[in-house]
Amino acid sequence: MNKRTTIYLDHNATTPLCPEAREAMLPFIDGLYGNPSSYHHVGRQARSAVEAARRTIAEIFGCSPAEAVFTAGGTEANNLALRGAAAALKDRGRHIITSAIEHHSVLKTAEALGRDGFDITFLPVDAQGVVAPQAAADAIRPDTILISVMHANNETGAVQPVEVIGGAARQRGIAFHTDAVQAFGKIPQGAVFEYADMVTVTAHKAYGPRGAGALLVRRGTPLVPLMTGGHHEQGLRPGTENVAAIGGFAAAAEQAVAKLASESARIAALRDRFEALLLQAISNIAINSRGAPRVPNTSNVCFAGIESESVLLHLDLLGICASAGSACTTGEPEPSHVLRALGLSSVQAQGAVRFSLGRATTVEQIDTVAAALAGIVKKLREVSSL
Amino acid sequence: MAREDEDWRRLYEQDREPDIEDSQAGVIFYNDTVIEHFTNPCNVGEIDDADGFALIGDPSCGDQMKLWIKVEAGHIIDIKFKSFGCPGAIATSSMATTLAMGMHLDDARQLTDDDVVRALGGIPANKQHCSLMGISALQAAIRDYEQRIVQRP
Repeated sequence: MNKRTTIYLDHNATTPLCPEAREAMLPFIDGLYGNPSSYHHVGRQARSAVEAARRTIAEIFGCSPAEAVFTAGGTEANNLALRGAAAALKDRGRHIITSAIEHHSVLKTAEALGRDGFDITFLPVDAQGVVAPQAAADAIRPDTILISVMHANNETGAVQPVEVIGGAARQRGIAFHTDAVQAFGKIPQGAVFEYADMVTVTAHKAYGPRGAGALLVRRGTPLVPLMTGGHHEQGLRPGTENVAAIGGFAAAAEQAVAKLASESARIAALRDRFEALLLQAISNIAINSRGAPRVPNTSNVCFAGIESESVLLHLDLLGICASAGSACTTGEPEPSHVLRALGLSSVQAQGAVRFSLGRATTVEQIDTVAAALAGIVKKLREVSSL
Repeated sequence: MAREDEDWRRLYEQDREPDIEDSQAGVIFYNDTVIEHFTNPCNVGEIDDADGFALIGDPSCGDQMKLWIKVEAGHIIDIKFKSFGCPGAIATSSMATTLAMGMHLDDARQLTDDDVVRALGGIPANKQHCSLMGISALQAAIRDYEQRIVQRP
């Protein structure tokens, strides 16, 4: 196989590690092996790195360090938020509200809680993939204990009105959680506790390492840990801290915030160029959630008459990385629950490919991918029986 | 600044020869034969005056295939297909038609999806179901041909 340069347009899956995160991690991979819980100076070195990282994360989100609970990543943080709050609040009520377009780590957790005796409302979305705040408010019942709505959708990039929904929840004294994994580093989040009680973020979607994330927990939010063990992380997440990853997380987060304004404008322009090129060159395509507020890097395109994995493989053979929510690539029996929630038919959803741009994406790459897609779609449509 | 950007960009660059490692690690992916039949499928098209036709699969479940055969003196003298589906579906459609081309109907009736998978040198386990489509369509097109013979006045 020829040596080729990779064109990576799958940043919503994961991102490469930024140099600053790598620098922050190296000492704790190489030499500084201490356990942050140890009494001695070797342990204290590690403790001070973890606490410095905690202060950085807290400053970014406008919370106090004690309100930042490090986890192994987004899935764990989402599980802690939903299961932990449900367990803590079960005597107050059994009704939980979430949306139909959540990441599986929220969706499947909510479904599991449903099997455990909780009553779950899955809010629908409009054709642009956005939850209506009124629908959320209308779903609130006297026994509602928790609302969880993601900040930005991983497949379409559609930004949800979390401030409004969170505001309504707070007014009624209901805990509000938002999975901000895909929003973090892409759109400004401000002081998250003004509208949310719990916020999930993860490092590796923002040029940090895999293996570190956080659940930000507003002081006073009822929450019980999922695991028993040590006293770590304010008693909410036992287990020896992943010091290197946590340090890398904080360094990456600092960079993400510093670069946010300039990068989001640059990437949005590239995304718009990409979509304009596709619409110009390829007939019968639809860009999902194009009419919604979106994070700047995500473009979800339906190619009519063809199946998305076939597009992905053609792209991959050219060195281009993208992703699809098709049943055939994810091992799920149904294609993307997100696109189905937007009202797309199963056949339409089968043809959806997600392109997620990032820091290293260039105009040249965008033009290359758009041109490649025009050829790939033409070829697959010639073979297609539809 | 430009320099820094270049360094940053290098993070994305890899020598792209991962397929050997993939197979060594037991990572299951399409082999070169499957990829060849996917990228350059054989017998794509339609036959206007076909003797047998089949439409199988369900696009809402991810795949659909149309298959046409032309029969002369008991032999499949032409075969064409169109498929909507994943790479596995397209490659197995291509291979099924390749195997059947020129075959006597008696032999073509004996073809199974195992023959297709074997001819392709194997396909990933989670793609086995795709391999059924090409053979199912072939058998259905042969049945369609036979019915037309019976019904012919």
